[in-house]
Amino acid sequence: MTDVQAPAKPLVKVEGLTKLFPIGSGRFRAPDAHLHAVDGINFEIASGESLGLVGESGCGKSTTGRMLVRLMDPTEGSILLQDGDEMLDIAAIGKRDMLRFRRRVQMIFQDPFESLNPRRTVYDTVAEPLTVQRVGTVRERELRVARLLDLVGLAPADTFMFRYPHELSGGQRQRVAIARALVLDPTFVVADEPTSMLDVSIRISIMDLMLSLAEEFGVSYLYITHDLAVARYMCDRIAVMYLGKIVEITSTEELLSNPLHPYTKALLSAVPVPDPAYKRPDVLIKGGIAKAINPPPVCRFVDRCPMATDFCRTHDHPPLEEKSSQHFVACHLVESSAG
Amino acid sequence: MDTLQAPEESEIPGDVELRLQHEPLWRIRVRLMQKSFKANWKLFKRNKVGVVGLVIIIMFAILGIAQPILFATGVWDKRVYDVRTGNDNRERIAEMTVVANVDDVVDPNTQIDRRRLIAEGKNAEIGDVIQRELKHPWPPDRNHLLGTDPNGSDILSQLMFGARAAFGLGLLAATVTVFIATTVGSVAAYFGGWVDSFFMRFADLLLMLPILAVLIVASSFGRFKLWHLAIFLGLLGGFGGTAIVLKSQALSVKVKPFIDAARVAGGNNWRIVTSHLIPNVMPLSFLYVMFSVTGAISSEAVLSFLGLLNIDMSWGLMINKTQSAGYLLNPSTWWLIVPAGLAVTLLAGAFYLAGRGMDEIINPRLRNR
Repeated sequence: MTDVQAPAKPLVKVEGLTKLFPIGSGRFRAPDAHLHAVDGINFEIASGESLGLVGESGCGKSTTGRMLVRLMDPTEGSILLQDGDEMLDIAAIGKRDMLRFRRRVQMIFQDPFESLNPRRTVYDTVAEPLTVQRVGTVRERELRVARLLDLVGLAPADTFMFRYPHELSGGQRQRVAIARALVLDPTFVVADEPTSMLDVSIRISIMDLMLSLAEEFGVSYLYITHDLAVARYMCDRIAVMYLGKIVEITSTEELLSNPLHPYTKALLSAVPVPDPAYKRPDVLIKGGIAKAINPPPVCRFVDRCPMATDFCRTHDHPPLEEKSSQHFVACHLVESSAG
Repeated sequence: MDTLQAPEESEIPGDVELRLQHEPLWRIRVRLMQKSFKANWKLFKRNKVGVVGLVIIIMFAILGIAQPILFATGVWDKRVYDVRTGNDNRERIAEMTVVANVDDVVDPNTQIDRRRLIAEGKNAEIGDVIQRELKHPWPPDRNHLLGTDPNGSDILSQLMFGARAAFGLGLLAATVTVFIATTVGSVAAYFGGWVDSFFMRFADLLLMLPILAVLIVASSFGRFKLWHLAIFLGLLGGFGGTAIVLKSQALSVKVKPFIDAARVAGGNNWRIVTSHLIPNVMPLSFLYVMFSVTGAISSEAVLSFLGLLNIDMSWGLMINKTQSAGYLLNPSTWWLIVPAGLAVTLLAGAFYLAGRGMDEIINPRLRNR
């Protein structure tokens, strides 16, 4: 059992989180196999800290995010959310506490063209969390929405409030989505690739907006992305996922300057460098990502790993261990340098 | 700041408040609706097919409204123009040419055979033109623009009454259909599982029903009234084919991220279905209102042609009466059947055409092609 310590008292603590999707099951039929989308991951997020979740498509990062906001029910494991002095288990939350939980944890979706209801105005969309939670009077909601729109840079608010999503640009829509996520003043926001569908030119302004709002509202992000550069810009710590497992988790600078897991090294070597004279080192890994359907009890990365030994092929997936100070790696071959 | 508290007024900068218009929300919404209606109307107008449909619908609506006005203003006398009991017993004289045999009579309004005249005790030579009182059905003239039926009732008056019956039946049936189909489709799509299976298998069952046979059997339990038929057709369509179409639309809406976003916001199933799923299925529902009207009008025509409906007058009944009086395929009495037949075809077609026009608003991909 690994124990991943975040620097301060954790806001969110995920333990052994697992999601299995049954394959080939029918109404009266047991599944043939399970897809291990997320397979027993542990991490913590401190208050005010942003954790980046990085990995290729299909590695389970979005599934993790959706479980954290309970859009999906975990198969196993617990998600503990700090609630006053106690920790509230999101994974086992009942109907009664659900509304209260929804005020604390919100989500920003990937595609701003699909995450806003095309038949509702900006006001309706942003005010919806307030409406369903029955917060304030109509007038108060209106003012709150106006203030949020001002904060996300849709000013003056009254010119945007009663527009429909199709009248807005992609960046403006994502600003609306951010306003909706923050209107209830949550403490934790899951951002599922919020900039990947946007033009490169407006990505940076959306990221800057999210950073400044994080400070203003004191929220922590779980920032899901496939882009290490984005994660570097946005996050204090980065977790690298591969086939449902976290393979490396540490602070952003440490991960970028001293990657230990071979998969992380490969990811970093694939980051484009804006220098035409730059000679790209040989790509370390071969093949594509597999599907984690009833994975055999060996390291998940073994088939693509350039360093894999017979030890890796005969032993179970390595646990996430602290190899140097606050640097956790799941690899048999990485030597521990910290106590 | 306590996150569980309502946002306080004090935290809101005053300038934001000043900038907000102090217009109530509902008035803004009305204005938005007007705006979107205008935009949609502009799109609808561009499509000639839809406009033709709408014009025909309006023409028939005017016909339907005109009849009670004509009665109320005294232009039409109830005793003459009532759809069932009206009978023009004034004398109408026509000039007729005498022919030799009954078989030689091509047009009974201008020709009469000599044997009949002799049997009535009159005498005339073949080729003579005589003055004679005209028997109903009368061909169109100044008093009866579309002529009269064999009982002496005015065809135009019946046609107008039939328009009202068709509108009433069509719109009621379509409203019931779409209300049920939207609800059933959205609920089945959203909840899936057993709910979905139940409603969809039920829909398959209704699709397989031979509707005409069922209606004939149902009408034998007591005379069917028009609104019975409307509700019946509405239920049949609502739980049947239309529900399947609207369910597939709801399925495509259900997987959109804004449904997830609504759930993350704390919306329960009821709220997600009513304020996210159904509003996005509604445009297609409106389209199916149009198509359902077409189906209902045709069904009514068939049923009253078969004499299974208990109504004063309808277009189908007009054809039914023509047939039972033996005038069905007689080109010399065309006014008995052509107006009613044309009206059924035109109005049913017009709703379909208007639906196609609306289709372009709902389906942007169909535009400018």
